[in-house]
Amino acid sequence: MESEQLYHRGYCRNSYNSIASASSDEELLDGAGVIMDFHTTEDDNLLDGDAASPGSNYAMSNGGGAASSTTHLLDFLEEPIPGVGTYDDFHTIDWVREKCKDRERHRKINSKKKESAWEFTKSLYDAWSGWLVVTLTGLASGALAGLIDIAADWMNDLKEGVCLSAMWFNHEQCCWTSNETTFAERDKCPQWKSWAELILGQAEGPGSYIMNYFMYIYWALSFAFLAVCLVKVFAPYACGSGIPEIKTILSGFIIRGYLGKWTLMIKTITLVLAVASGLSLGKEGPLVHVACCCGNIFSYLFPKYSKNEAKKREVLSAASAAGVSVAFGAPIGGVLFSLEEVSYYFPLKTLWRSFFAALVAAFVLRSINPFGNSRLVLFYVEYHTPWYLFELIPFILLGVFGGLWGAFFIRANIAWCRRRKSTRFGKFPVLEVILVAAITAVVAFPNPYTRQNTSELIKELFTDCGPLESSQLCQYRLQMNGSKASEGGPNRPAGPGVYSAMWQLCLALIFKIIMTIFTFGLKVPSGLFIPSMAIGAIAGRIVGIAVEQLAYYHHDWFLFKEWCEVGADCITPGLYAMVGAAACLGGVTRMTVSLVVIVFELTGGLEYIVPLMAAVMTSKWVGDAFGREGIYEAHIRLNGYPFLDAKEEFTHTTLAREVMRPRRSDPPLAVLTQDDLTVEELQSVINETSYNGFPVIVSKESQRLVGFALRRDITIAIENARRKQEGIVLSSRVYFTQHAPTLPADSPRPLKLRSILDMSPFTVTDHTPMEIVVDIFRKLGLRQCLVTHNGIVLGIITKKNILEHLEELKQHMEPLVTSPAPITHVTLPLLPTLAPVSLGSASFGGLHETWCEKLLTVPGFKPQAFFSLFSHFLFSLC
Amino acid sequence: MKSVFLLEFFSVLCFVLLSTVTAKNSEDIRCKCICPPYRDVEGQIYKQNVSLKDCNCLHVVEPMPVEGKDVEAYCLRCECKYEERSSGTIKFTIIMYLSILGLLLLYMVYLTLLEPMLKRRLFGHSQLIQNDDDVGDQQPFANAHNVLSRSHSRPNMLNKVEHAQQRWRRQVQEQRKSVFDRHVVLS
Repeated sequence: MESEQLYHRGYCRNSYNSIASASSDEELLDGAGVIMDFHTTEDDNLLDGDAASPGSNYAMSNGGGAASSTTHLLDFLEEPIPGVGTYDDFHTIDWVREKCKDRERHRKINSKKKESAWEFTKSLYDAWSGWLVVTLTGLASGALAGLIDIAADWMNDLKEGVCLSAMWFNHEQCCWTSNETTFAERDKCPQWKSWAELILGQAEGPGSYIMNYFMYIYWALSFAFLAVCLVKVFAPYACGSGIPEIKTILSGFIIRGYLGKWTLMIKTITLVLAVASGLSLGKEGPLVHVACCCGNIFSYLFPKYSKNEAKKREVLSAASAAGVSVAFGAPIGGVLFSLEEVSYYFPLKTLWRSFFAALVAAFVLRSINPFGNSRLVLFYVEYHTPWYLFELIPFILLGVFGGLWGAFFIRANIAWCRRRKSTRFGKFPVLEVILVAAITAVVAFPNPYTRQNTSELIKELFTDCGPLESSQLCQYRLQMNGSKASEGGPNRPAGPGVYSAMWQLCLALIFKIIMTIFTFGLKVPSGLFIPSMAIGAIAGRIVGIAVEQLAYYHHDWFLFKEWCEVGADCITPGLYAMVGAAACLGGVTRMTVSLVVIVFELTGGLEYIVPLMAAVMTSKWVGDAFGREGIYEAHIRLNGYPFLDAKEEFTHTTLAREVMRPRRSDPPLAVLTQDDLTVEELQSVINETSYNGFPVIVSKESQRLVGFALRRDITIAIENARRKQEGIVLSSRVYFTQHAPTLPADSPRPLKLRSILDMSPFTVTDHTPMEIVVDIFRKLGLRQCLVTHNGIVLGIITKKNILEHLEELKQHMEPLVTSPAPITHVTLPLLPTLAPVSLGSASFGGLHETWCEKLLTVPGFKPQAFFSLFSHFLFSLC
Repeated sequence: MKSVFLLEFFSVLCFVLLSTVTAKNSEDIRCKCICPPYRDVEGQIYKQNVSLKDCNCLHVVEPMPVEGKDVEAYCLRCECKYEERSSGTIKFTIIMYLSILGLLLLYMVYLTLLEPMLKRRLFGHSQLIQNDDDVGDQQPFANAHNVLSRSHSRPNMLNKVEHAQQRWRRQVQEQRKSVFDRHVVLS
């Protein structure tokens, strides 16, 4: 099967030669291909018939189906070479090639379908496998999310105490049927013992407080230590949030092992530990990674997806939707998240599959019911109070706060991560995690709002004061004269509890802001959504209570007069918290539509869409004013992943000639000739250069383009020929043509490498504007493109060249030097493994250095530079 | 390889089934009523093991703290919520999680502490160093060797496991290098 697939690839590439766009009309394509090929043959004969070698009638194979069958007969000796058409680690895939491969496979199955019942079943299975794989992915990610939720809840409560009757219950479950009826004792049930009670035997007093404090820190540190050790020993790729990498992978990059079994297992296990350790991180981002791992693993069951990188990415898009669906209990939000934030190539078919995967995952999670509230998330809330027009002002203010927070967070976090990346400080990941966890635990325990789980904090801030006035937030002064006020309705004067809660919330806000900057990027699984939402929720709740008190004390203002009568419901502080959370999350990630949908799926109230939209849009505007990229793009750029953002516009007037490699000063392009190289010469070309592909030309004299051969394919093919075919020695001739060149009688047997030659490489002329080239790369997902002039190969443009070019132009347009502090130039040696698309057949080491230097000189790296960044940031606010 | 996936799928399926089967346990439902302070009655929380249709103040609040005609007014303020959980799922999840964590920790201890010690004792020092060194496949043709040999050699089961483990360890080492030492990905 593989043989035919391989062999067909050449044929289908040929048909691709003529029409650039991915048309689905196969008939038309094939026909056009035939016509085009005739033209090229004629051209060949007319223009340099003598320059081509005698045996170069390669038009034979270029025809339609009939011609390919003849080649099949001719090539009966040629076996399929395993491994050809796959990619190396840290390389970019060729979307065009992959899509073409898939269409070929599909065509073959379709044509065989009518032969027998078995073939028909196989075709049915093939058609269904897409739905099957997303179903399995949804099931698995829902189940894993349930596991993570339950285990994280339990572990989090383990820091405080343990359930004696059944140690697998958390605090809430432990006291499920206990009969402590008064409000004061509702958290105390006999089965649940805090550590002080167990160890010291007393529940109250300073001794037990210190004991609880100590145990809290002890557990937090041990959880964090275990998490980072497991990550370091078993799966280093399990650290971080994973969304930047998934974005890059979905745009067509290979990171082997990033979505593997071990990564899945370690990420699931350590995510629980990391969340339970009380670090300022969330599980939502990593859940997307977990779901993508599931998608990748299940796609190995189906040859349609396992053998095709482009098809696999469709499954991954659906999987990321399922991940968000279970993370927030928002299936539609998940689909939109996949569309807006992570996916690169998102056809309608994938939309439906994402929808289905999100549905299945949400269903599974709902049936597990991890929180016992029949909801998918802990902080699901329902509001019934309306909002008023004047409230848009505080909502927009919250949006401004969210945007500012987002911009500040991105800059500070990137500066910190760059420091970790470039200095010796990054050599101690375990120590760093322990240190951050220790500081977090020590500072967090005294403040009740930071001690509890962040999800619970968000829940408390989102919920309005109900009849159970448990938290300090709801300790309003009761008015004895009015019966209405004592009912627990809003708009009452704040009591001392509310004021002290305000102080604690302010401290918690500062604490969260600082710790989140240092936590995101630690070498444990760490998501960003929950801490960002917590910060926004705290700020929103503070603003909400402030507005509420304002409305109470100044109810004769013209603003409040119209809407807020004394004693009536007017301001809902919980709603402010929710709007603030959305605004902060929007400021950090720069999502808009999906974020609003996610948040409104959390509340289940359609009437709050307008406030949410206003806040999120404001936050995006404010954030964009300080820097256009969200946190994920910023991390992609920091790590130098080859990600060509489809959102950015290219507005410069450069030409392909100026971007292509080799540059004027560089040595000439490394090319292969189609039939006068020996194996030895070919090997020496490969050993001496580090390029990932070589244009194949007719001969040194004519320099006209024949095709393109990838380095990996060449090495595999040569190695394979050495093993399988007899008579292949170093002096054997290598030929890419249809027929062997005429050789002296005593020469060794020649080696035919036609099957690995891409005979339809993408070409542009040297005067093509870069605007068009960039568009071609973005829309078709090319890996490389050859630049020709009158049919003569001049150079090559790779995805990486384009990225470098964009970066260069950006430097010219807007110098990124924002810091008034002296700039320290840090050059990172860019390693060959992360020269992912270094297909360029020209050495551009020199240029590379400068590019790196430019990229990395953004804010200073000296100790004071961080503060100067901060001061500059404040300065730019004024 | 396929059997591993099937096993995984099977366990996931079991998990889902188990969670739905064990959902209905008589202990696992409750109706929780929160009644705010009313006149001179303190705020109270009531929990009863009743079904969804009986989940209201009149059925759950026992003994009723107020008399006759006040009951209605008192009950109007109470907030009753029906909740269910599946203790079986929770138990299963936590025990499974802890056992996997335990196994991983044991394996980690074995890999980091015991194995180097055993190796040193068995083979002496030189072998160890060599073992650490042979990771680098810088030759362009070594990669091709790898690809080709992967698809052709069909050794017996034990060899296969050994080979897979070796390969996995090499991969992890490579990952560790790129994440922790060179900082090229994920930083």
